[in-house]
Amino acid sequence: MVTITINGRAIAVEEGTTILKAAEDVGIPIPHLCYLEGINEIGACRMCVVEVEGKDRLVPACNNAVEDGMVVHTNSPRVREARRTNLLLILSQHDTSCTTCIRSGNCELQTMAADLNVHYQPYELRPERSRVDLSTPIIREAGKCIKCMRCVQVCDKIQTMNIWDLVGTGSRTTVNSRGAHSLADTDCTFCGQCVTHCPVGALTARNDTQKVMEYLADPEITTVVQVAPAVRAAWAEEFGLPKGTTAIGKMVAGLKILGFDYVFDTNFSADLTIMEEGSEFIHRFTHREDYSWPMFTSCCPGWVRFLKGQFPAYTDNLSTAKSPQQMFGAVAKSYFAEKIGVDPHKMRVVSIMPCSAKKAECTYEPFRDACGDPDVDVVLTTREMARIFKADRILPDKLPDWEFDSPLGTGTGAAVIFGATGGVMDAALRSAYYLVTGKNPDADAFTPVRGNKPWKEAVFEIPGAGKVRVAVVSSLGATRKLMEALDRGDAEYDFVEVMACPGGCAGGGGQPIHEGAELASDRGSLLWELDANMPLRFSHENPDVLALYKEYLEKPLGEKSHHLLHTDHHAWSMPNQL
Amino acid sequence: MQTVVEQIYRDMERRISGSPPGVCPVDEALNCLNLCRAQTCGKCAPCRVGLSQLADMLTQVLDGEPDEAILDRLERTARVIVATADCAIGIDAAQLVLTGLRGFREDFEEHVRHHRCLSTLHNPVPCVAMCPAGVDIPGYVALVREGRYADAVRLIRKDNPFPTACAYICEHPCEARCRRKMVDDAINIRGLKRAAVDNSGLVPHPKPAPATGKTVAVVGGGPGGLTAAYYLALMGHKVTVYEKRKQLGGMMRYGIPAYRFPREIMDGEIKGILSLGIDVKTGVDVGGEVTFDELREQYDALYIAIGAHTDKKVGMAGEGAKNVISAVDLLRGIGDGLLPDFTGKTVVVIGGGNVAMDVTRSALRLGAKKVTCVYRRRQQDMTAQAEEAEGAIAEGAELMTLHAPKRIEVDGDGKATALWVQPQIPGPIGSDGRPKPTDAEGEEVRLPADLILVAVGQGIESRGFTQAGVTIQRGGTLLADEDTRLPDLQGVFAGGDCVTGPATVIRAIAAGKAAAANIDEYLGFRHEITVDVKIPIPHCTDIHPCGRVNPREREAGERKGDFTCIEFGMTAQEARQESSRCLRCDHFGYGNFKGGRVEKW
Repeated sequence: MVTITINGRAIAVEEGTTILKAAEDVGIPIPHLCYLEGINEIGACRMCVVEVEGKDRLVPACNNAVEDGMVVHTNSPRVREARRTNLLLILSQHDTSCTTCIRSGNCELQTMAADLNVHYQPYELRPERSRVDLSTPIIREAGKCIKCMRCVQVCDKIQTMNIWDLVGTGSRTTVNSRGAHSLADTDCTFCGQCVTHCPVGALTARNDTQKVMEYLADPEITTVVQVAPAVRAAWAEEFGLPKGTTAIGKMVAGLKILGFDYVFDTNFSADLTIMEEGSEFIHRFTHREDYSWPMFTSCCPGWVRFLKGQFPAYTDNLSTAKSPQQMFGAVAKSYFAEKIGVDPHKMRVVSIMPCSAKKAECTYEPFRDACGDPDVDVVLTTREMARIFKADRILPDKLPDWEFDSPLGTGTGAAVIFGATGGVMDAALRSAYYLVTGKNPDADAFTPVRGNKPWKEAVFEIPGAGKVRVAVVSSLGATRKLMEALDRGDAEYDFVEVMACPGGCAGGGGQPIHEGAELASDRGSLLWELDANMPLRFSHENPDVLALYKEYLEKPLGEKSHHLLHTDHHAWSMPNQL
Repeated sequence: MQTVVEQIYRDMERRISGSPPGVCPVDEALNCLNLCRAQTCGKCAPCRVGLSQLADMLTQVLDGEPDEAILDRLERTARVIVATADCAIGIDAAQLVLTGLRGFREDFEEHVRHHRCLSTLHNPVPCVAMCPAGVDIPGYVALVREGRYADAVRLIRKDNPFPTACAYICEHPCEARCRRKMVDDAINIRGLKRAAVDNSGLVPHPKPAPATGKTVAVVGGGPGGLTAAYYLALMGHKVTVYEKRKQLGGMMRYGIPAYRFPREIMDGEIKGILSLGIDVKTGVDVGGEVTFDELREQYDALYIAIGAHTDKKVGMAGEGAKNVISAVDLLRGIGDGLLPDFTGKTVVVIGGGNVAMDVTRSALRLGAKKVTCVYRRRQQDMTAQAEEAEGAIAEGAELMTLHAPKRIEVDGDGKATALWVQPQIPGPIGSDGRPKPTDAEGEEVRLPADLILVAVGQGIESRGFTQAGVTIQRGGTLLADEDTRLPDLQGVFAGGDCVTGPATVIRAIAAGKAAAANIDEYLGFRHEITVDVKIPIPHCTDIHPCGRVNPREREAGERKGDFTCIEFGMTAQEARQESSRCLRCDHFGYGNFKGGRVEKW
C-alpha cells in the first residue's frame, strides 16, 4: 500500500494502481475519453491529465501508477485549461453534426463537451473526409473518429482479428482497415464489438430502418418480424426501464403498433434448430468415422465468418443446420406463406437481432431456399428497433402486454437461452439426451456449460451413446485459442458451441451501448431466469415445432428439412478465400 | 533574435536526424518544401510562386481527391523551377520534389488513387526498429537503471546470444534514430549494454527444450552461425558447427583486433553458448574434406554462414610483391596469436574502411615506426566509423586523404619499396552522397614503405557450394530469400556476410536468429523463445536536456603499445545517469498502444 493525496484527501491505495482508478475509488472521477479498462490504457486523449506536485508536466492518470507520497490535483487551473484545450482540439477534428448522428444522446464526446461547458470553438474545424461504404454491416465515418484506438484494441485484444489499424503517418494518421482498401475486402466477421466500444458515432451498424418503414408503408406487402432471444434481455435499456425488465409483451405490442402484420419469435426457430442440429449431432456421433471432429454450432454468423476466414480447413465441421434466423425466414416464406395463402414474393421477413453480422448473413447467396427471394429481407439491431419505436413515440411503459402471433411465435426455455453463452449447447444436450434415450434429462443437468467464462469444457454421459466431450467458447480471442489447441492436438471435443461476442448474443454487437459497462453477463442471467420459469424447457416439446414437422417437414434431417433448414457452408465465400 | 533562430535550426537538425522510421515520404517532402518556401527571396517567379504551387499540389495529394494528372503537373512544375529559378534556393527546393517523385512514386500514387499511405509504423520503438535483431533495448536500459544487470543480459539473450560481443563492437544502428536526439543526443546504448555485461557476473543460460531428435549442421562458426546454433539448441535440436579455421568466432576473432574485443571475454561468451550442448568441429573445410552433399545427407537441415573471408585486390602493378600483405591475412594471423614484429618499419595502409583502421592500429601495436593510411577520398567520406579514424590518428597514424594509390614500386628482389599515389580532388557527388575523387593537377607522390597493407574489401569463398547447386549471384554472394531459405535446395538455409556481402556482427546475428526460426519451422516445430524478465514500470518524469555519456578510452600514447582493450566501461554513476535519459518509447508514445514489446518469437 502507498499513501497519496488527491485533491487534499490522503488515501492509501494498492501499489501499482493507476491514478485514475485510485481517484475514482474515493469518488473523484477524472474525465476520460479513450480509456477502456484493461484494454486501452494508452493516454491518447489526454483528457485525464492531472497535476502531480513536483512534476513540471501534467500527467495522464489512466496509465501512470500512484507513487508513495504523490500529491495529485485533478482540477487545478492548469488541469482545467489543459483538459478544455485538448477537448477543443479533439472537437476541431470531429464532424459535429450531432443532430443527424445516431449516437446523439449516447456519445462520450458530446457529454464531455456539455460537461466542460464548451460553447465557442476557437479552432478552425477540420474533420477528416468520410468516405462511407454502405455495402458492409459496419460503417465507419472517418470525420467522427476521435482516434481513441478502442476499436483497434478491442479487435486485437478481445477478438484477435486485427481488422482495424492505424494507417498513414504524421498528422494524417487515422484508423482504417488493415492491409486492405476497404472493410469489405477484409476478413472482418462483422461482430460489431468495435461499434459497441466506440465512444462516438464513428463506427455504427448500418442503419436499415428506412427499408423496414418502406415495407410497412406498402399495402401489397405482408410483413413478418422475428425477434431474437437476446433482444428481450436488452431492449428495455434503451427506454430506461428498470434493470432486469424483459417486457416481452410490450415489445410485441410495440411491433404490432408499428404495423407489422405478424410478430413472431426467433425462439420458435431456435427450437427448430435444436431438432435439426441435435439430430445431426446424434447422427454424426453414431457414424463417427464419416465425419471430422468436433462438430461446431453454426448459429453465430460472426463465428462462421471467423471459421471460414481463419480456419477454412474446418468448414465441414460446422453443423449444416442454418442459424435460427435463416431457418425462420425459410419456414416463413414456405410453410407459413402457404398456410395463410400469401404469395411469398409479396412477403417481407424482418429480423430484430442483437447482432450486426446477421445483416451480412441474410444476404448470402444460398439463403434463398423458400421461394428464390432472400429468406430474410432486412435485419435490424436491438438499437434500431428502439429507434423506430422512438420515431413513432411508442413508449414501452404505456404499452399493453401482447402475445406473439401463432404459430411461429412459440418457444421453449431451451430456445431463449440461445442468447447467452452455453445456451445452445445446453439446449442441444437436453434434446440429444431425449433423442437417444427417449427420456428427458433434468433440464438443469448441464449447468457446467453455463456462466461467463470465455472457454468452458465438460463431459456428459448420455446413456446408450456414451461420453460426450463438449466445449463452449465466447469471444473470438478465446475461439482462436481453442482452434489453435485443436490444431495442435492439445484439445479434443465432440461438440463445440462458439459465439463471436463475449458472453454470447447478450453481449452482441447490435445491443444497446453503455459507456464503461459490459452487460453481457447481466443480460445472460435474465435469459437463464426466463428459461427456469418457462413451462416448457425442451425444444422437442415445442408444440408448434412438432406441428410443423407433422404438417410439412415430416422429420428432422428429412428431405424437406434438408432443403429448407440446412445449408452448404461452401456455397459462399469470404473476401480473401481462394 | 538571430541567435534564437540559430538555436531553432540546431534543434531542427537534431530533430530531422531523430525522425522515426516509417514516416510518409510525401508528407516529409511537403514539410521540407515548406521550410524552403520560407527561404525564398521573392525576386524570381518560379521560386516565389512555383514553390507555393508545389506545396499546394502536395497538400492536394495528401488531403484532397485530385485526378491522376496532378502528378504530371507536379513533375512539370518542379522541372521548370529547377531549370529556371535564379538561385539555389528555388533550384534545390524543386529538386527535392523531383527526387521524391522519382524515388517514391508509388507512395504518391497510393495517396492519389486510394487516399491512403503505404507507410505505417511497423515498430514504433525507434531503437528496436533499427536493431536488425530487434533486441528489447528500452527493456534492458530500464533494467540497467535499476541495477538488474543479470536480468538485462537475460533479456538481451532472448534476441541476441552475443550481448558481450555487441557491448564491445556493435556498430549500434539502434542509436541512429533514438528519439532522445530530439531533446539532446542519442542514448549511449552500446555503452549501457557494456555496463550490463561488465557487472552481471556469470549469467546462466536457459535450459533447452526437450530433445526433438532432429539434427542441424551449421557451416561457419562466426557470430551468425553460432547464433543459429544457439537458438536451434535451445529449441531442442542437435546442432553441429563446422568451422574451417582453428577457432570459433569468425570475423570477431579473425577480423576484429583484441584491443577492441578482448579475446578472453570473447572465449567466455562462446563457451557459454556451446554449453547448451552444441558440437563443434574446427579445422574442417566444408567443400574440401567434407562435401556439402555429405552434410545434406547426414543432417535434417543446414545453415550456411561462411562469412566473407577472402581479400580483394586493388589491381595495380606491384601488388604481388611479398611485402604487400592483405589486411585479411594479417588479421587472421593475429586472430590465431601470430603477432609479426613490425619494429622500426614504415608501413603504408591502403583503404578507408573499418578494416583499414584495424590494420593501421594493429601495425602501430606491432611496433611500426610510422604508419600512413592512404585513402583516395576525404576523411568524412571514409566508411570507417569516425571514432575509429580519430582513434588511429590519436595513436599516431598518419591519414593521407585525397591520394589515390597508382602503383607499387618493386626492387630487383621483388620487394616493394614504395607506394606511388596521385593527389585527388573531390568531384561531383555520387548516388551514395559522397564526392567522386578524380586526379588533381600535380605530381605523383612517392611514399617509401617497408610494408604495404591492403584493406579494400572482402569476398566470399563459395567454391565448395557452387558445384553443389547453390546459386551464386554477381558479386559472389549466395542467393537466399529474406527468410534465409535457399530457393532451390530443400532444408538448406544461408545468411550473414556470405549472403549480404561484408556487413556487421549484429546483422549476422539477426540472420542467424531468423534462420533458427525458419529451420525450426522447416523441421515441423514452432518453438517459442521467450524470457521471464519483468520490465520495470516507467517513471513519469519530466524531460530536461542532459549530456550523453560517451565512452572513455585509455590514453593514446599508452594503449598503442599493446593489444589490451582500449575502451573503459561506464562507472555505476554514469550508467545510472545515462540509462535515466531513456525516454521509454516502449511505453510513452505509440509504444503502450501497439508493438512496444515483442515478448516472444
